[in-house]
Amino acid sequence: MKDSTGPDKVEDIEIRLLLEALYVRYHYDFRNYSMASIKRRLKQARQQLGFATFSAMQESVLHEPAMLPRFLRYLTVQVSEMFRDPSYFRAIRERVVPHLRTYPSLKIWIAGCSGGEELYSFVILFREEGLEDRTIFYATDINQEALQAAEAGIYAVNRVQLFTENHRQSGGKSSLSDYYQAAYGRVSFDRTLRRNVVFSDHSLVTDAVFGEMNLISCRNVLIYFDRALQDRALGLFADSLSRKGFLGLGAKESLRFSKHEKDFDEFVREEKIYQGRAG
Amino acid sequence: MMPVPAQAVVIGASAGALEALSAILPELPGTFGLPILVVVHIPPDRRSVLAELFEAKCPLPVREAEDKEPIVGGTIYFAPPDYHLLVEADKCLALSSDEPVLFSRPSIDVLFESAADAYGPALIAIVLTGANQDGSMGLRAIVEAGGTALVQSPQSALAAAMPEAAIQACPEAQVMTLDQITTYLRKA
Repeated sequence: MKDSTGPDKVEDIEIRLLLEALYVRYHYDFRNYSMASIKRRLKQARQQLGFATFSAMQESVLHEPAMLPRFLRYLTVQVSEMFRDPSYFRAIRERVVPHLRTYPSLKIWIAGCSGGEELYSFVILFREEGLEDRTIFYATDINQEALQAAEAGIYAVNRVQLFTENHRQSGGKSSLSDYYQAAYGRVSFDRTLRRNVVFSDHSLVTDAVFGEMNLISCRNVLIYFDRALQDRALGLFADSLSRKGFLGLGAKESLRFSKHEKDFDEFVREEKIYQGRAG
Repeated sequence: MMPVPAQAVVIGASAGALEALSAILPELPGTFGLPILVVVHIPPDRRSVLAELFEAKCPLPVREAEDKEPIVGGTIYFAPPDYHLLVEADKCLALSSDEPVLFSRPSIDVLFESAADAYGPALIAIVLTGANQDGSMGLRAIVEAGGTALVQSPQSALAAAMPEAAIQACPEAQVMTLDQITTYLRKA
């Protein structure tokens, strides 16, 4: 039976109710996330957490706050790489850094920092370019567990080869091994990389501007939003950038379908690096 | 059940994809009205040449899919390397960088399952040559939603494993040569 009372439609209703419950109970708002992706992730959670239906999952999340972190892991955690898309970091180094050098102090926002891979990539790049000491890095995410992981800076040793190769391709001027120590199958990144970093809980969906940024990097986060929510986040970025500040997006994200297209100029088109127009 | 006119075509291909797709896509006339969404397993390099390559060969316009792009009929969309391609209920494309599924990103299953949700019975899905199992779960979902499943005959495929897995998961699928698939689409 595939009419409006069929199984698929019931599932869609359950998902809407579950997301509503998460919002009302905990103020985590996934209601305007890209539904195709969120449905996939929720199905994975349902299967791996052993629930028969989304309604059963909803009951558990509502009545057992301890379930929340386990559940959020499925909805928010993103596995990234250090220096993912080396050409992006090369463009930051070669095209954006020369502009940033002209400022006595800098604020950089890594929005949706997840496990910290992108954050450490930026801190290392800024150290190599001699800009770290005049920079404050804001690393934000909605997931507390992800923020803790980012702050810990510990990664499985089998990922380091890829990180190292990416770093080299991005035009890295030092050896990545200068920044970590390996032990027990893991690498731990140097605590000094965190001395200018502020880790903070921040939602692009519900929170506001918190500072004037010279550079915002938000990669592969907006693809999980629907268009209305993408517009909200891009508006937030436009309002958060200093005059002529920079915005870096993921390789397949663009402003093309956004109402904020006019707030930015393309700066390095092929790397999705934009420059704020207002000021 | 009354047959539902198709609104979209989804295609998954892996090893041998180039030859197989070259036997189908360039043969579709410029008047072909359905959108065609294609996942090919490709290495996760930044630039893919698939869209450019087929743009030069096909009467239909060919693009690499962009996030939240409204799907337009008579257009061929390729999933970009290193991203999953999905269809939203409002018939927009969506990308994700969720983890690879069966070691693949883009994944055929991910496209097929989301397209089954978005199009229900108004979907034609095609599994072509390949050396893994990707696509069979997605094809199952499409058949369960009432969509049409076509699979390249394993004997005619450069790599038989993927069509074989698809047929095993979906005995309802129509098994065809590339020529028969092309003829089927021309009438769709």
